[in-house]
Amino acid sequence: MSRLTLDTVRHVARLSRLALTEAEEEATRKELEAVLAAMDAIAQVPTEQVEPTSHALLIGALWRADTVRPGLTNEEALANAPQARDGSFAVPRVIE
Amino acid sequence: MSTELTDLSLLELSNRLSEGTVTSRDATEACLRRIGEVDGTVRAFLRIDAEGALARADAADARAREGARLGPLDGVPLALKDNFLQEGRIVSAASKMLEHFVAPYDATVVQRLEGAGAVLLGHVNQDAFAMGSSTETSAFGCTGNPYDVTRTPGGSSGGSAAAVAAREIYGAMGTDTGGSIRQPAALTNTVGLKPTYGRVSRYGVISYASSLDQPGPLTRTVADAAAMLQVIAGVDEKDATSAPHAVPDFSAHLDRGVEGLRIGFVREHLGDGVDPEVRDALLAAAEAYEAMGATLVDVELPYSRQALATYYLIATAEASSNLARYDGVRYGHRAASPEDLNALYARSRSEGFGPEVKRRILLGTYALSAGFYDAYYVKAQKVRTLIRGDFDQAFQKVDVLMGPTSPVPAFKLGEKLEDPLAMYLMDVFTLPCNLAGLPGISVPCGFTGGGLPIGLQLIGRPWDEAGLLRVAAAYERHAPHHRRAPTL
Amino acid sequence: MPIADFQPVIGLEVHAQLLTDTKLFCGCPTSFGAAPNTQVCPVCLGMPGVLPSLNAQAVRFAVRTGLALGCRVREQSAWSRKNYFYPDLPKGYQITQFERPICEGGALVVDAPSGEIRVRLHHIHIEEDAGKSVHDAEGGASLVDLNRAGVPLLEIVGEPDLRSSEEAAEYLKALRDVLMYLGVNDGNLEEGSFRCDANVSVMPKGSKTLGQRVELKNINSFRFVRQAIDYEIARQVDVIESGGTILQETRLWDTVRGETRAMRSKEDAHDYRYFPEPDLPPLRISPELIESERAQLPELPRALRQRLMSQYGLAADVAGVLTSDRALVTWFEETAALTPDARRVANWCQGELLRVLKETGTSLQALKMTPAMFARLLQLVENGTLSQNAAKDVLDEMVRSGREAQVIVEEKGLGQINDEGAVAAVVDEVLGAHAAEVEKYRGGQQKLFGFLMGQVMKALRGKGNPQLVNRLLRDRLEG
Ligand SMILES: [Mg+2]
Ligand SMILES: [Zn+2]
Repeated sequence: MSRLTLDTVRHVARLSRLALTEAEEEATRKELEAVLAAMDAIAQVPTEQVEPTSHALLIGALWRADTVRPGLTNEEALANAPQARDGSFAVPRVIE
Repeated sequence: MSTELTDLSLLELSNRLSEGTVTSRDATEACLRRIGEVDGTVRAFLRIDAEGALARADAADARAREGARLGPLDGVPLALKDNFLQEGRIVSAASKMLEHFVAPYDATVVQRLEGAGAVLLGHVNQDAFAMGSSTETSAFGCTGNPYDVTRTPGGSSGGSAAAVAAREIYGAMGTDTGGSIRQPAALTNTVGLKPTYGRVSRYGVISYASSLDQPGPLTRTVADAAAMLQVIAGVDEKDATSAPHAVPDFSAHLDRGVEGLRIGFVREHLGDGVDPEVRDALLAAAEAYEAMGATLVDVELPYSRQALATYYLIATAEASSNLARYDGVRYGHRAASPEDLNALYARSRSEGFGPEVKRRILLGTYALSAGFYDAYYVKAQKVRTLIRGDFDQAFQKVDVLMGPTSPVPAFKLGEKLEDPLAMYLMDVFTLPCNLAGLPGISVPCGFTGGGLPIGLQLIGRPWDEAGLLRVAAAYERHAPHHRRAPTL
Repeated sequence: MPIADFQPVIGLEVHAQLLTDTKLFCGCPTSFGAAPNTQVCPVCLGMPGVLPSLNAQAVRFAVRTGLALGCRVREQSAWSRKNYFYPDLPKGYQITQFERPICEGGALVVDAPSGEIRVRLHHIHIEEDAGKSVHDAEGGASLVDLNRAGVPLLEIVGEPDLRSSEEAAEYLKALRDVLMYLGVNDGNLEEGSFRCDANVSVMPKGSKTLGQRVELKNINSFRFVRQAIDYEIARQVDVIESGGTILQETRLWDTVRGETRAMRSKEDAHDYRYFPEPDLPPLRISPELIESERAQLPELPRALRQRLMSQYGLAADVAGVLTSDRALVTWFEETAALTPDARRVANWCQGELLRVLKETGTSLQALKMTPAMFARLLQLVENGTLSQNAAKDVLDEMVRSGREAQVIVEEKGLGQINDEGAVAAVVDEVLGAHAAEVEKYRGGQQKLFGFLMGQVMKALRGKGNPQLVNRLLRDRLEG
C-alpha cells in the first residue's frame, strides 16, 4: 500500500489542526508508516461479499419526545470558556 | 485497624454497613488514610474529594441507622476513572487539554452510582483520553503497579486497577475500548468487567472511540463486579446506543458452578508472543474448569489475527472526529494570543494533546481522508464483520470463551513507551471483544515466579454478563488468587 | 457571444428549519431571538462526554415532507459525520446524512408565469444547524452564539432543472408554501428558518455539456435569489467571454454591494471525511410511521389552487393569493359555505380582509371576527343594506371590536336608505331647488345627471341606496 510522503503528513496534520515542527513531521511520517505497514495485513483479507459493520450489536434506536428540557444558563455555558465576551465565546476574527 | 478495613471486598464492607458494625465514615476515612500511606508510591489518584466524600458517607450512615440503605453500594467508597464527568469537579481525561475543565453535568453512570448511595472519593489516573495500555500517556505522571511499582499497572484504566489492587478503594469505574478495563485488571490481580456494548450508558464519559467504548467496573472480586454492574446497567435515553434490554440479576447465578457448561479454549491466544508463565497459568485454569465439570472445546477465531489492524483503523478514525471538539473555544486549553483562528486551533491542540493522542488523531484522519477511506476505514469495517462472524460461530458450540487477557505480565514503566506497535500488541487478545461488542471479563489467574499477576480472560455471548460472571466466579472460588494482596 | 446565447442552469439546495419545539439532538428550545448562548446545554455545546439523542418529531416531519414531495422514504437511513473546524460548529463535525439520506427522488411541480416547471429532487436529508458568529465585534474578535447549534434542518436538494432566476424564485416560493402547509417550517427567510444555496452554471445554448458550477451562499430573500443568480450568470458569461475559466468555488452574495465574491473561509480544499456516526444507530422508519404520516397529509397548495378554481370558479390570480396562506383558504371556504356568492367572498378575502389584517397587525388566528360574522357582513352588501364603501368601514370596526356587523350598522346609522317614499321626497326637494339645472339637463346637458345625483346623495348624507336614487331621479327627469 501507499508509502507516506511528507506532503501527506502535512495535509493530514492540517486537516487535524495539529501543528507539527519539521522534525515532528519526519518523525510522524516514519511512525505512521510503520503503523500503516502493520495495518496492511487487512488488505489481504477477501471482503467482496462482506457488508461493513459500523455498530456491532444494534437493536432499535431510541427516540426522544420533542419536549423542552432545562439547559445551562449563559454563565454556566461560558464557565469553562478561555475567552468570552458579551455572553459569547470569543475567537480571533473570522473572515468569511 | 485501617488496613483490615480496606482489605475487605466491596460486598464484605457492604454487609458490615448493613449490620451496623462499620460505618461508611469509618470506611471512607480508612480509604483516605490508606491513600495517604501508599498513594505516594502508587500514584493512582489525580484528585480526591475528601470533604464531599465524607459528607456523602455521613448521609449513608444516617440511612443505615434508619434501616433505609439504598442497596449494596450505599456508603461504599468508589473511585472514577478520570473520564467520567461529575458535576462541579475537574475531569481531565488525564490530559493537559482538560487540566482545568470543570464538568457542567454528571455522567449517567455517576448519577446512578450516587443514586445508589456510593461515596465517590475522587478521580484516578489513566492514559490521556484513554489512549494507551500502560497509563504512561497521562499528562500527570504514570501510575505504579502495586505488585511492583516500577512496572505499569496496565492501561488505560491503570489508575482504577492500581487503586483497587492497592486497597485504596473498594471498586472503581473504568472504560474499555480495546481492553482498557481487562488488561489493567490482569496486570494488577483484580477483576475487570467490560459489559456488552450498549449495556451501560456512555453519556458523560469522555469518548475515545464511540462504537467500541464501554464503561465497566474494576473490583477485587467477581461478586463485587456484579454488584457494581447491577447499579450502572440499563437503558439511558441520553445514549441512543444504550440497549433497551431488560437488566437481569447479575448475581443470581454466581454460585452455580460450571458443571455441564462448554468452555471454548482459544488456542491461537497461546501462540507466539505469549509469555510461557502466562501460558502455563492458562493451561492450569483450563484444567481447573474441566475438574469442575465443564467441557473444554478448542475454538478457532481465524480473523482475530486481523483484529489489531481493524481496531486501530476504526478506533483512531472515530477518535480523530471525537477529539475535534477540543479546539480551545468553549473549554479546555487555549494557546496564548494566537494570530488567527487556525493558529488558535493548531496551537491549542498541539499544546493540549500529548504525543500518543496526536499520533492516533493523525492516523485516524488519514484513514478517513479522501482517497484512503475505502482502503482503510471501510475495509476495516468489513473485516470487523468477519471478526464478529468468528464469534457467532464459536458461540454456536460453546457458552463462553477463555484465554489470556494479556500476552505478558506487567512490563517496566518506560519500556514500551517509545514503541507504539509493541504497546498496541498488549491489547491483541482483548480488542476482538470490543470489535464484536461482546462482554468480557478478566479474573486473577495466578502469579509469575517474580510475583507479577496473570489474568484469565473470559468472553461471553452478547447480553450474557450473568453467564460470564458465573463462570468467572467458579474459577475465583477454585483459585482465590485475589486474596494475595500486594506488599506496599 | 451575447448573454442571450448562454443557457443558465440552476439547482437549489434549501435548508428549512423543522418546526420542532426542541433541537435535533437535545432538549434545548429552538425559538429565534434569544440572548446569545441562553438556549444551550452540554449536548449542543459539544461538551466532553455528550451524546446525541434523536428528536422523534424531526423524523416525522422529514417523513411527512418526503411523502408530500413524492420521494421514496428509506426504511433504513444512516447518520454521518461531516468533519470540519469552524467556531460555530461545536463538536468539530456536523451530524448529517450522507450516503443513505432519509428521502430520495421526488419532484415539485411549480406553476410559473412561464408555464409549468417540474423540478426533480435529488434527495432530502435531516441535519443539525450550526451556531452563528458575529464578526464585526471590536478588538478583532468574532463572537460565537450557539443558540442555533443543533436546530433541526431539512436539506432539500433539487436537481439542476431551473433555467432562470425567475424560475428559481418561483420554485422557492412553491417549496416554501408546501413546507408551511405541511406544518414543518415557518417559511421565515429573514430569521433564517428557510435558506437557500444556489448552484449556478452557464453553457452555450444548445450545448449538452453543463458548465462548471459555482455555489452561491447567503441568499436570504426572494429578491436576493433573483439578484444573486442574475449577477452570477452575468459574471460567468463575462469570464467566459474574456477567455477565462470558471473556477469551482463557493461565493457569498454580498447584499450591500450587490455582488458575489469568493469565500475566504472555503479557500482550502475541503475533505469532510464523512463516516457513519457511531453515536447513533441507523435510522429505521417503520411502515406504521409512514402510513400514519401519509394519512395526515394535507391538501397541497397546487392541488388546492386547482380545486378553488374549479369548485368556486375563482380566477387563477385570486386562487393564488388565497393559497399563499393556508389559513386564508380555510377562512374563505368557511365563509363561502354560508353565502351564495363565493367569488364575492374570495374578492373580499384577498382584498379587504388582507388589507385590514395588515393595517391592524392582526392574524387570522387572532381575529375576533368569525367567518360566520364575515358572511353576515357580506350578506348586508348583497341585500343592499350596505354600500361597498360603508361595508369596508364596518369591517374595520368588526376587526377592532369583534362585534356583529348589524350592531355596528345600527349604532352608527350606516344602513342605506331603501325606503322609496323617503328617497322620492328628497329627490323632489332637490329637483325643486335646482330648477335651472333641470332645465339645462332636459335641454341636452346630460352630464348634469351626475351633479343632481350628488346633490340627492348629499341630502341623504350618503346613505341613499345608489340604485334607488338613480332610478327615481331618472324617472323624474325623463318622465
Ligand atoms: Mg447541509
Ligand atoms: Zn442543547
